[in-house]
Amino acid sequence: MKVMVLVKGTPADEGAPPTTELLEAMTAYNERLVKAGIMLDGAGLKPSAHGARIVFQGGTTSVVDGPFTEAKEIIGGYWIWQVSSLEEAIEWARQCPTDPSGAYGVLEIRPYIEDEDFGEALTPELKEREARMAEQVRAQRGEA
Amino acid sequence: MDIRRTVEAVWRRESAHLVAALTRLVNDVGLAEDLAQEAFAAALRQWPDEGIPDNPAAWLATVGRRRAVDLIRREQARSDRYAQIASEAHTAMDASEATGALAGAGLTAPLPEPGGDTPDDDTLALVFIACHPVLSRESRAALTLRMVAGLSTEEIARAFLVPPATIGQRISRAKRTLAEAHVPFELPSETELPARLAAVLEVVYLLFNEGYSATSGETWVRRDLAEEAMRLGRRLTAWLPKEPEVHGLVALMELQASRFAARVGPDGEPVLLADQDRSRWDRTLIAHGLAALNRATRLGRPLGPYTLQAAIAAVHARAPSFAETDWEAIAALYEALAQVAPSPVVELNRAVALLHADGAEAALEVLDAIADDPRMRRYHLYGAVRGDVLMRLGRHGEAAEALEQAADLAPTQRERTLLLERAAAAAQRA
Repeated sequence: MKVMVLVKGTPADEGAPPTTELLEAMTAYNERLVKAGIMLDGAGLKPSAHGARIVFQGGTTSVVDGPFTEAKEIIGGYWIWQVSSLEEAIEWARQCPTDPSGAYGVLEIRPYIEDEDFGEALTPELKEREARMAEQVRAQRGEA
Repeated sequence: MDIRRTVEAVWRRESAHLVAALTRLVNDVGLAEDLAQEAFAAALRQWPDEGIPDNPAAWLATVGRRRAVDLIRREQARSDRYAQIASEAHTAMDASEATGALAGAGLTAPLPEPGGDTPDDDTLALVFIACHPVLSRESRAALTLRMVAGLSTEEIARAFLVPPATIGQRISRAKRTLAEAHVPFELPSETELPARLAAVLEVVYLLFNEGYSATSGETWVRRDLAEEAMRLGRRLTAWLPKEPEVHGLVALMELQASRFAARVGPDGEPVLLADQDRSRWDRTLIAHGLAALNRATRLGRPLGPYTLQAAIAAVHARAPSFAETDWEAIAALYEALAQVAPSPVVELNRAVALLHADGAEAALEVLDAIADDPRMRRYHLYGAVRGDVLMRLGRHGEAAEALEQAADLAPTQRERTLLLERAAAAAQRA
C-alpha cells in the first residue's frame, strides 16, 4: 500500500532554521527509508510566510497571505512510502528524529485512495475527463 | 492499531539485520534464522503486554544472543561443531556479566546498532546466501522472503498458493543444504559477482512475477508479493548503486506495477494494454521507475536485459495512448534485447512492435524465423499475432487458418471464443 506522510508543526516553530544535528539525523533517517526500500518520494515546503490560503466560506472567497499564525498545525513537507500495512508506516514514523526544542510536531499517515473507494460518485463521464486530464499532465511533465 | 501487525512490522524492519548479526555469531545461517525466530516469538508473547520497547532492534538482538548462548551451552557437551564458538562465548559472557550487561562486550560479532543498522555488508551477504546457486530456485525464493523480507511461513505459503507445511519443509531443506555445502557467509568476490548478482535479481523478478501475474480471486495477496519484490529491489539499489541491472530491474518492476489497477476489469477480467484506462496508472511509480531507468543508463555500461525491458515499459508509460505509442522505438529495443537475451518470446514481441510500426512484411519475416520453435508451436499468441500480420498483408485465408490454430491452443474459453470470432471474420474476407 502507498501512504502519504504529512510532516506538521506549529506556527511558532516555523521558520527557525534546523540545527546541523537535526539535519544530520534527518539525513540518516531518510537514508534508512531509502535503504529499506519504502521511500518513493518526498519534499519539504517553505515556511507558510511564503504561501497563501484561499478560504471559501458562505459563498464568498477570500485570500489570506501567510504566515498562517492562526493555524493549529502547518504542513512542512511530506513523504510517499510503500509499506505493507498502516502499522508498518506507524513504526517507521515513530523512528523519525525530532527537534528537542520544538514544541509540537505531528506526522500524519494517510493511505492513498483507491479507485474503488469513490464508489458511484465517480461516473463514467468523470472517469473519462480524468483520463484526458492525466494525459495532459503526462504531456506537461515531458513524459509523453 | 493492531498490536500483532505492529510486532510484525517491527520484525520486517529488523529481521534481516538480526539474522545477519546472529550468523556472524554462530556461523550458520540456518541456525541463526532459528534463533531469530525464537526472538520474534518472544516479542509476539511479550510486547502485547509490555508495549513495544523503545529500541526494538536491541531488544530482539539481546534475546537472540541470549538464545544463542543457551544453545551453545546445551550443545557444548554434545557437539564439536559449536565447541569453539562456545568457549569464545563463555569468555565474552564472563566479561559482560562482570559489567552487568550482556550487550556490553559482544560475543564474536558486532552488535546491531540501535535502529537495526548492522554493517550493510552482512545484510547483503544474507541476500546472496539466500539466493545461493546450491539451492533450487523455489528454495531461493522462499528463503529470501523469510530471511531478507521477514515474512512468516504462512505468509510465504499464501503468496505461493501452497500449504504452509510445504514452505516449512522447503526452508528447512534449504538451510540444511547450505550447512552441508559449507557455504561461507560472505560477499561474493569481484569475479563471482556478475553470476551471483544475476541469481539474486532472478529471484527478485520471479517474486515480482508471481505477484504481478495473479488472477482476480487472489489479487490482494499476490499484489503484496509484487510490492515486496519491488522493495527488495530498491534495497539492492541502495547496496549496489553501481550495478546498472539492479536499477534496471527496479525500473522494470515499478513501470509494470504502475499498471496494476488498470490491468484488471470490474469483474476481474484482464484488460489488455491497448484498452487500459491510462489515468489509473500510478504516476508516483512511473516517476520513480523512470528515475531508476535513468540511473541504470547513466552508468554508461552496455544495457542488460532488465534495463532494456524497463526501457520498453518506459515507452509505454510515456505514451498518451496506445495509438500514439512509439512502436519504432519499441521494435529497436526488442532488437537490442534479442542480442543480449535471445528468445522466441522476445522475437514474438518484436514482431508485434514491427506490425504496429507499419512493418507487416518485416513482422512476418520475424514470425517465419521462429515458426518451428517448439514453444511457439504450443503458444496461442504466436498464431494470434501471425493472424493479425497476415490480415494486414491481405492474406485473409491464411490469417483465418492461423487464428483457428491459435484458438485450439488458447488457455481459457474466453480467449478461445475471441480468437474463433476473429478467425471467422478473416475467413469471410478471404
